[in-house]
Amino acid sequence: MLKCTSACAGCSDSLALRYVLKAAGPDTVLVVPACCTSVIQGIYPNTAFNIPVYNIAFGAAAACASGMSNAFRVLGKKTNVIVYAGDGGTLDIGIQAMSGAFERGTDFLYICYDNEAYGNTGMQRSGGTPIGARTTTTPTGKTDAKKDIDAIIVAHNPPYMATACAAYPQDLFKKVQKALTFRGPSFIHVLAPCPPGWRYSTEKSVEIGKLAVKSGMWVLYERVYGKLSINPQSKAAMKKPLPLEEYLAPQGRFKGIDAKTLEILKQHIAKNVKKLTAEEAEE
Amino acid sequence: MKKIATGNKAVAEAVKQVQPAVVAAYPITPQTEIVEQIAEFVSTGELKSRYIPVESEHSAMAACIGASITGVRTFTATSSHGLLYMHEMTNWAAGARLPVVMANVNRSIGPGWNIWAEHTDAMQERDTGWLQVYVSSVQEAYDATLMAFRIAEHKEVLLPVMVNLDGFTLSHIMQPLDTVEIGDFIPPMNLPHAIDPKNPAGYGGLTGPDQHFKFRWDIERSMRDSVKIIETTEKDFAKRFGRIYGFTEDYQCEDADVVVVSMGTLGKEAEVAIDVLRNEGIKAGSMRLRWLRPFPKLDLKGKEVVVIDRDYSFGFGGILAKSIQAQLKTELYSVIAGLGGQEVTYEDIADFIRKRHIGEEFWFGVSDNV
Repeated sequence: MLKCTSACAGCSDSLALRYVLKAAGPDTVLVVPACCTSVIQGIYPNTAFNIPVYNIAFGAAAACASGMSNAFRVLGKKTNVIVYAGDGGTLDIGIQAMSGAFERGTDFLYICYDNEAYGNTGMQRSGGTPIGARTTTTPTGKTDAKKDIDAIIVAHNPPYMATACAAYPQDLFKKVQKALTFRGPSFIHVLAPCPPGWRYSTEKSVEIGKLAVKSGMWVLYERVYGKLSINPQSKAAMKKPLPLEEYLAPQGRFKGIDAKTLEILKQHIAKNVKKLTAEEAEE
Repeated sequence: MKKIATGNKAVAEAVKQVQPAVVAAYPITPQTEIVEQIAEFVSTGELKSRYIPVESEHSAMAACIGASITGVRTFTATSSHGLLYMHEMTNWAAGARLPVVMANVNRSIGPGWNIWAEHTDAMQERDTGWLQVYVSSVQEAYDATLMAFRIAEHKEVLLPVMVNLDGFTLSHIMQPLDTVEIGDFIPPMNLPHAIDPKNPAGYGGLTGPDQHFKFRWDIERSMRDSVKIIETTEKDFAKRFGRIYGFTEDYQCEDADVVVVSMGTLGKEAEVAIDVLRNEGIKAGSMRLRWLRPFPKLDLKGKEVVVIDRDYSFGFGGILAKSIQAQLKTELYSVIAGLGGQEVTYEDIADFIRKRHIGEEFWFGVSDNV
């Protein structure tokens, strides 16, 4: 990735991508559906990306990558095929193609960078938007919970899946490198705080990402052949979480959140901690 | 080698001969037999393709696009709702200049569910940048599929090609089929813009109002250039394998006063109608349009024209009739017949010609002047 992308100031999509590409190395093709990453490459005839990028329609990334991966293998090439898609292109419009590609055992890495709304079109709700968050299509706060895409991925039994956050680049780097060692489909779900969308000032992206993990709203872990390992950062957060309000307060999207919704979010965190801890303890 | 085959099997046989690296397809009636036959060929090793059993037609075309951009040959097949479901991606394949070849088994569009022949499915794809050929026999389905790869992959074309065959009346009927060894008839695929990590490039990214139209024009330029590539390919095919094709198949048109124009299997039925009319002393001829895109210049000067559309554009008219009328700049008789597999016999076609009212539209089985 070259300097001077057309990303917004403080963008964690481009921050995360920088580390993804460093980890993946030069023999990599990125498949990008409609999302912020389609825009931050820049405008033809320029591109800020130093690897081949194949842009494809919104709902088609995993299917396109599926064809590409098969073709590279026919040609005897080991080229990494990485889908880099937003939450809209993954949780919503792209879920069918993604499910199909995972079920067919496609040899690729699917990375969902999740800024919890349709960022490219100016912050409309997505299946990834958490309850209580204001977007341009949920002006009084979303009334439905965030879709649990990770559970859906787990149901496909991929050899490797992980969560990550743009605020923890070393962890992301290692997970990408590890994911690419597996044959078959792997998945990394990256939380990508978004200054204009989440309504906080641009220098706070890393801080917000860390607060998401420390409050337990976002849990860092990986599953290798289904076996769960929770990251030390998240284990610490589970034992002694920061109050959720510390994560929500700097974000304009949660401004005026009512007590009932706040309680639902807290219950969600508690339930998630319990579920993941129990899963990790299982033999 | 001579054998007996259905239209669907003939397409699969052609695919086996051409050996695309990747086939991605989703079954749909009446195309299913193509997918099954290809899967069978792959399982026996006769076809050395990667067969991707995708979960939808949208993904079938997306997978062909992803494979094709690496520089390998790709094929898919669909029909009706499957074609409409992949419509976004058919546009993408053409815009991305990828020589994907697809067989489309023409079928009606619901509701209500109707699995029989109609051309409205492929007609709705006419503005996507795909070349489209319509065939009328099992042999032609085979030959056109072979030629489709050479035409699509030609460096002056680099556009996808759709081979259309009528649902059931061609896909499921048995006729003799003479298969060939193609040898070097189709050169190895050479995609100049194939993805190469050693030479990184962005594909299909943001393109502004100062640039986008240039890519659109480039598609049209190639579409125009494809006319001579189709001609040279069909000529070379005739030389090597002895079967002659063209933009149209003309039957007794030369001295005809009236010519009936149609596509697909109705074109064969029309030839029988012409024989009947000639016996009655009516100087009629039949022109079967093979290539819808690029749309050819038709030699119909000085003749009365009857067009049979197995399709319709609501609020406008028979799509073929309107296209021909725009080119000839004269009135013609537009017949809408065969929708959803409606039975149309040579006697019916002879009647359309006998009772023609130039300047009018006639819905077979509906209009008052039946």
